[in-house]
Amino acid sequence: MAVEAAERPPSMPPSRRPRGHGTGRERPAGGLELWSWLFMRISGVVLLFLAVGHVLIMHVLDGGVSRVNFGFVAVRWQSPVWRTWDWALLVLALIHGINGLRVIVQDYVKWPSARFAVNMLFYVVGFGLFALGTVVVFTFDPSKWPGAS
Amino acid sequence: MAKRKTDLGTLYRGSPGQWSWIAHRVTGVAIILFLFAHVVDTAVVGWGPDAYNRVVAVYHNWFVRLLELGLVAAVLYHAINGVKIMVFDFWPGSTRYMKQLSIASTGLFLLAMVPITWIMGRDILNLSLGWNL
Repeated sequence: MAVEAAERPPSMPPSRRPRGHGTGRERPAGGLELWSWLFMRISGVVLLFLAVGHVLIMHVLDGGVSRVNFGFVAVRWQSPVWRTWDWALLVLALIHGINGLRVIVQDYVKWPSARFAVNMLFYVVGFGLFALGTVVVFTFDPSKWPGAS
Repeated sequence: MAKRKTDLGTLYRGSPGQWSWIAHRVTGVAIILFLFAHVVDTAVVGWGPDAYNRVVAVYHNWFVRLLELGLVAAVLYHAINGVKIMVFDFWPGSTRYMKQLSIASTGLFLLAMVPITWIMGRDILNLSLGWNL
């Protein structure tokens, strides 16, 4: 099992389901990789609503991005529901996306130090953006700029 | 396997699932790279109306709108194909209907893109060519 896993990129579907049939990554046998596999699917279902809903509301319907400005955000973030939605989307999309990058890096970056460096870069960027987004979503107060909205 | 002789030689066409595997990766990477930029541009709202309105003015450019249409397509494709992957994962018997499910999910994506392309494409044409659709 361990030998097999080392020889084949983890994301490659198993031999009885050869790559080329639209299946996802083979379910790992256990450990952290199994949790990662499961997380991608659970967060995927949640993001199906959070991300697709966000994209339709903000980019397609009712004028899309052309109506977005400071005043729009000020009104929208009066509601704790939208603040929570946007924060949940931020967190899940970052973890889902960066874990996806990690899986892709496993396939294409073979040299261990380079793999470590590339992954660390993504983790640091991800954590920085998580911190920045979290602070802004929860501390934004448009009353600091009276008359703007 | 899926090779076809043409006048130009042999063309490797792959299989539908192989293309969806590649498309899932490409759309995923595109979305996360956009997200990196998008968190920063949204965070500027914390620096007040002058700064934020200047940043979102980028989205009034027609070419950026074209990229935005691509982003919406990427999110939608990744979402629908992701559901297909989960169906195969959690209901192994469904792999017997792989071809049908692949056609159905691709069809659903293309069908959803028709009204979206119309709605967003109208804005792109208005901004780029000065039309009033």
